[in-house]
Formats: sequence, structure tokens, C-alpha cells
Amino acid sequence: MDHFPTSWGRPRNDAIDAFNTYPLHQRPHHAPKQDVFADGVQHTQQPIVTGTSILAFHYKDGIMMAADTLASYGSLARFKSIQRLHAVGSRTIIGASGDMSDFQYIQTQLDQVSIDEFTASDGHELGPAEVHEYLSRTMFLAYVDLLGTTYSATTIATGFGAHIAIPLLRSAVEGKENDLTEEQAREIMTTALRVLFYRDARSLDKYQIATVTDAGVNISEPLKLETSWSFAEGIRGYGSQTQ
Amino acid sequence: MTSIGTGYDLSASTYSPDGRIFQVEYANKAVENSGTAIGLRVKDGVVLAVEKLVHSKLLVPEANRRIQTVERHVGVATTGLLADGRNLANRVRDEASNYRSLYRSPPPIKELVSRLSMYVQVYTLHSSVRPFGCSTILGGIDEKGPGLFVIEPSGVSYGYHGAAVGKGRQLAKTELEKLKLSEISTREAVFEAARMQVIVLLDDPVVNLHLFSIHLVHDDAKEKDFELELSWIGDETNGLHLPVPKDLFEEADRKAKEALENFE
Repeated sequence: MDHFPTSWGRPRNDAIDAFNTYPLHQRPHHAPKQDVFADGVQHTQQPIVTGTSILAFHYKDGIMMAADTLASYGSLARFKSIQRLHAVGSRTIIGASGDMSDFQYIQTQLDQVSIDEFTASDGHELGPAEVHEYLSRTMFLAYVDLLGTTYSATTIATGFGAHIAIPLLRSAVEGKENDLTEEQAREIMTTALRVLFYRDARSLDKYQIATVTDAGVNISEPLKLETSWSFAEGIRGYGSQTQ
Repeated sequence: MTSIGTGYDLSASTYSPDGRIFQVEYANKAVENSGTAIGLRVKDGVVLAVEKLVHSKLLVPEANRRIQTVERHVGVATTGLLADGRNLANRVRDEASNYRSLYRSPPPIKELVSRLSMYVQVYTLHSSVRPFGCSTILGGIDEKGPGLFVIEPSGVSYGYHGAAVGKGRQLAKTELEKLKLSEISTREAVFEAARMQVIVLLDDPVVNLHLFSIHLVHDDAKEKDFELELSWIGDETNGLHLPVPKDLFEEADRKAKEALENFE
């Protein structure tokens, strides 16, 4: 017996209850599965609170990763000060696009894994390769993506950034990984973030930059993007201006 | 123990007529015969130190550790049966992980102690099991500051400023009482702990005094038949339970022996 009333179905009436979420996009199925082997393990298919792009690339001293601090609720900019970068041990940083509750869950899981490693006190610590492998075996996140695809590269971007920022990062970084200074890397990163903020409606001009170097992991305080909107004056043809 | 041989010591689930549980007292004997473990709770942290007898020269140095890490901020030092100590440490690890998954925060030291002591106590109730042959010193830092506890084979646990269990505990306690524990730093406590372990060791009739005096002069590590373990948790370790770094360890060990030479 499925005890969830929303699963029982009821007649729809917009006149009485215009804001009801019924019909749910996908009716949840709470009854026991008939055949556990028919479907694979399915994780979140309808993310609720989501984060947008993560950008990351190699530079001379290590890697640099950046994300804005927005967690959206659909198209609403719901939480504007959420950290989407997380250090695992002293050599790894993870950043997440997509469902933030899943990301928080992953953080606690990785925390326990790294405690288990720490208590072994054998002088070993999980590095990025191990964390990546662990996530690819257990998880469902970028970049392990929803399909379980994994890869590594010298420039990586997720979400909308995979479309908009990757070309920028590739032309700025590829082939120069061992020459870019931290200052240059920051410049490239903020440029990419700025373009994303202009183009991605789910992004924010508040962001954090993390670095992993020989000195360890460093996640910056939230920073503000400098943006310029004067070009908007010259745009004609839509919105309130028709002339 | 006059009542030995009267049949009241065959099971932990049987009291003697005068209200004792002999199996638990025998477990305490196992503790009293093993190397000394001490714990110092000081201003900003905790230091654990164990002197263990190395029974074979064929053993890899630093093998069979008696100080174990059970959480980022918690360490345990056990005396008595080594394997029992490992089991207890694993139990605390499980309890800590369980606490984290339930409350999403690091477990307080007191909570771990109370859970561990309940676990130990259960082994004093049944005829089918034997009590743990080890006393555990559990030390760590939580939001209330440093904490140091001893869990005995009977399952009782007490909090301490300075704790000592094992063979040389009496002498170690006397030395601990001389210190102003709540005023010294963790770094200073490392030196004190090393010094105390040397004093305790010298007092031990089992240790070959002649051999030891050779060490003092030549510091010939190959001849060692005892080994010191030191760990600390404090401001300097960012609240992590870590082995005392090699350079500090050697400095503490050297100074301890020097101080003793001058003393004699």
C-alpha cells in the first residue's frame, strides 16, 4: 500500500487551487518495487536547491577552482551566501554544481572517509585521485556526472560553465599550465566568472576562489565581481525600449 | 586474595560472598603488569605517553603501537592486553562515527568515554565473556576544552588532570602531582611526560639498570629493549591528535635522560 496521499491522485481544479503543485512532474512511487533489478539505483532526478558552474584549471603552483556563492531554488536566487567549495584533507578541493543537499551529503560522507584514513595514522592521506575514484564509485555528481562519466583534464567546468567558460579557459590555460602565475590564474578565473555572470541567469557576482598548492588548501573569503553594465545603453530592440 | 580457589573466580557473572568480582580483579592484574601509560591534561591540550617493553629485537621499530587515534581530536593510550586495547579503540571509532552521523558534529570527549565505559561494563556481566584486560586513557579536545579520562576493566571511568596506569603508575602519579598541570602548555607537557617515563623506567626492577646506563651514555638505539610513544593534541596541532614530531620527540627524550643524569 502506498500511503502518500499525493500518490493517490485527485481531480485537478485550477479555479479552486491554482497554486497547487499538482500534478507533480513525476509521480513519486512509494510502494515497494516489484523488481529491484529492473531499475538501477536512481538518485536525485529533480534537484531542488541548485548551484551553477564550477570552474577549475591547472596553473604553475597547483590548481585553482572557483564558484559563486549562490544556491538557487528553481529560478529564484534563494541562498546568496552558500559555500560550494569544500576541502577534503590537505591536497584536495571539491566543488559542486547541481543539488546542494546531495553536495552536503557528499561532504559528510567524505569527512567520515577522511577520518577513517586519519585514525589509521599510517602517514597516508587521501589525495585528489583517491577522492575522485571514491566519488565515481559511490556518487552522482560533477565531474563524475549523473551518468557516472568521469574524466580529468587541465581545465574543467561544470554546468553552464561547461558551455561558456571551457572555451575561454582552454584558450587561456592549455599549454601554459606550468607557466601561469597565481596572479595570472586569478585574472583568467575572474574573467571567466564575469562572463558567466553576464550570461548565466542562475549565477551571482559573489564568488570564492580556492587553490591547492604545496602549501595546502586555501579557500578565499567571498569576493565581489566587478561588472560594467554601460553597454546595456546601446542595446536596442527588446525589453521596454523599442527604439 | 584469600578467596582464590573457592570457586567464586570462575566467572565474571559471579560475586564472591564479600561482594567482589574476581574476574574483574584479575583483569586489573593484567593491567598492572604492563608498561606505564600516562596522560597529562594541560592548559591548551592533552599529552599521552606510553613506555612499552619491546620483547624482541626482531620487531620493527614503532610496531605494536599502544597509542591510537580514534577521532581527529581524540586519542587513546591502552595498557594491558594489546589486542583488547585495539578492540576498544575500534569501538570508540565506531561510536564516534555513529555520533557524527546522528548529530553532524564532532563527538564530545565525555560522550565517547561514557559510551566506551558502557561497552566495557557489559563484559563484566556475562559468564560467557571475560572482562577487558586493559585500562584505557582517553584524551582529546572538544568545545569545552581538553579532556582526559581513564576507563578501567570494571567499566568505571573518571576524569583526570593527570592520569597514570600500568606498572609504574604509583611513581608516575607522585610525579604528576608535583606539576601545575593547568598552567603548563602542551609543548612543556611533552617534556614532562618524557621525563616521567624515564623516571618510571629506571625505577622498574625488571629493566636492566646496567643496560639502561649504557643507553644514557652511548644512546645506542640498537640495544633498546623499551620504546617510548608520545602523542599530543593542542593548539600546536590545530586540535588534531598526532604523534609528537620526530625532532621534538628526540629533544624531549634527550632532555629527560640528561636531567636524570644530573639528578643522580
